[in-house]
Amino acid sequence: MALRAGIFRPSQFNFLAIGLGFIFQTAFLSIRGHTLGRCPLTNLFEVFIFLAWSVALIYMLVGPAYRLSLMGAFSAPLVVLLQGFALIVPIDVRHPVRLHANPWLEFHASISLVAYGTFALACIAGVMYLVQERQLKTHQLRSIFYHLPPLTDLFAAITRLLWWGFLLYTVGLVSGFFVGHPLPYVQVICALGVWLLYGAILQGRHLRRLAPKHVAVLCIIGFSAALTLLWGITFTAQMPSTP
Amino acid sequence: MNLFCVGLSHHTANVETRERFAGHAETDCILRKAGCAEALLLTTCNRVEVYGASDKHVSTDDIARCLASKLEHDPHDYAPPFYRYEGAKCVQHLFRVASGLDSMVVGETEVLGQTKKAYETARASGGAGPYLHRLFQRAFRVAKQVRSHTEITRGSVSVGSVAVDLAQRIFGQLGNCKVLVLGAGETSERTARALVSRGVNDLRVSNRTLDRAHELTRLIGGRAISFDDWPEQCREIDILITSTSSEAPLLTPASLGPMLRNRIDRPLFIIDIAVPRDVDPDVNEMEGVYLYDIDSLQSVAEQSLALRRQQVAAAEAIIAEHMTDFVDSISRGLNRDTPPAEHPVVEEGSLRASEL
Repeated sequence: MALRAGIFRPSQFNFLAIGLGFIFQTAFLSIRGHTLGRCPLTNLFEVFIFLAWSVALIYMLVGPAYRLSLMGAFSAPLVVLLQGFALIVPIDVRHPVRLHANPWLEFHASISLVAYGTFALACIAGVMYLVQERQLKTHQLRSIFYHLPPLTDLFAAITRLLWWGFLLYTVGLVSGFFVGHPLPYVQVICALGVWLLYGAILQGRHLRRLAPKHVAVLCIIGFSAALTLLWGITFTAQMPSTP
Repeated sequence: MNLFCVGLSHHTANVETRERFAGHAETDCILRKAGCAEALLLTTCNRVEVYGASDKHVSTDDIARCLASKLEHDPHDYAPPFYRYEGAKCVQHLFRVASGLDSMVVGETEVLGQTKKAYETARASGGAGPYLHRLFQRAFRVAKQVRSHTEITRGSVSVGSVAVDLAQRIFGQLGNCKVLVLGAGETSERTARALVSRGVNDLRVSNRTLDRAHELTRLIGGRAISFDDWPEQCREIDILITSTSSEAPLLTPASLGPMLRNRIDRPLFIIDIAVPRDVDPDVNEMEGVYLYDIDSLQSVAEQSLALRRQQVAAAEAIIAEHMTDFVDSISRGLNRDTPPAEHPVVEEGSLRASEL
């Protein structure tokens, strides 16, 4: 609403508000983890909360470092959306059987979700880039134009986020092969598809075959694909037997 | 004690009239002879105003006579449209002036500096006493609050500053940007100067007459490039300022395309201030190229002004709040703020009770 009204002002308060929310998220995940005796990724509800936590974590690491304070205005709604969905929709279903702790499986799931959080931030930076680019192209500069970071800074942030996300996702993917039981074939293929998509984006960027605008668009497409995959993994019947 | 303001501004008088009453260094002393306990003269290119505090009524004619003291004729010969604000209206007017709401370009910040300077001058000469001290200190606070809590100063409103602002929105720091000035005209020189003042180090100038290019580089730095070599420069540069007198476009998508081949991840910002235009408008459709001609720069400046005007209501609300508080506080006397030692002691009184 503030953005629409043209009076948005990035401030320390916004960052503190997200920080406070992050503390509560961490507390919730910690309590849930203690109750379950393992990483709280046993159902779709926990996955969404963990993903929202990852977005907040990466934002707090990346936002101040790259002076992308306005990113909070884009990240916060995503966190609210993820958590709101998790709280409203009845997806917090207890697993009928107490799941045993499996360090590799928990590592695989948690690191993959942090990678998704990084891709979410890259997606948000991509949206910011497209908003800024569109205004510059059409010569229609709205209030938000003066708050968004410069195009080159945004693109640098997108590139770094993509590299970090890709690295984390690769670690998550590789660790998936050590969980002790074979993962569903479709899941592995889809996960490899997402990995290849992000790898192709980075390769295109590295070889200067992709214009920044296209990289920004692909960040949005890539995250949509990753989110769909995550949904598929957790929503299907595999969820009760895997994190 | 009555606070009042007498003056003329761009709203009420043309520049010729304003210069006749522009005042002189000794004017504030003369004003005190006219019967003011405190007086302050604010002169900018858009206004000539006297702020005063007095127990008795000081007529507008007396003020006008003081301001026009060096004129041979009676000031009324010019029928100057002086305005006069008293009490709360005077407080409100000063707050609006200091905040840039009464300026020709809404939201400009230069007037605040000029107001501060006028206050310092009056303070040094003893013209500003405890009432004007409090009034102006509050005005500075209000201006600061208006600036930080609204978007009244947002955006650039002149062609040159819009170009520089856009460059910073594309590239961030301009220190690493390479700039080519094509056609060493007056407007391109001004724009290049503005870019250099914001940190541009690598400036290249190309002109049909190489001597003129050399002349410009001597003035603002950089190096001159032969006019035949400028297309090659487009492979390297980040910002192109063009203002040649060419009848046909110098840059078209067909000619620019090959130059952009190896710079897909680097934006190119083109400022075309030539009439007729040097760059084909279709160039703006190319990936990573941001083309602004004189009309689009003007349009951005107007958008900024419109944005500022949208903020006027919010600024007025802040001013109204401060005005009420200030009038309340001053009606309770001067006890809350101790007047500076060098200020003459003025008898306390209730502004609201006596004059407001």
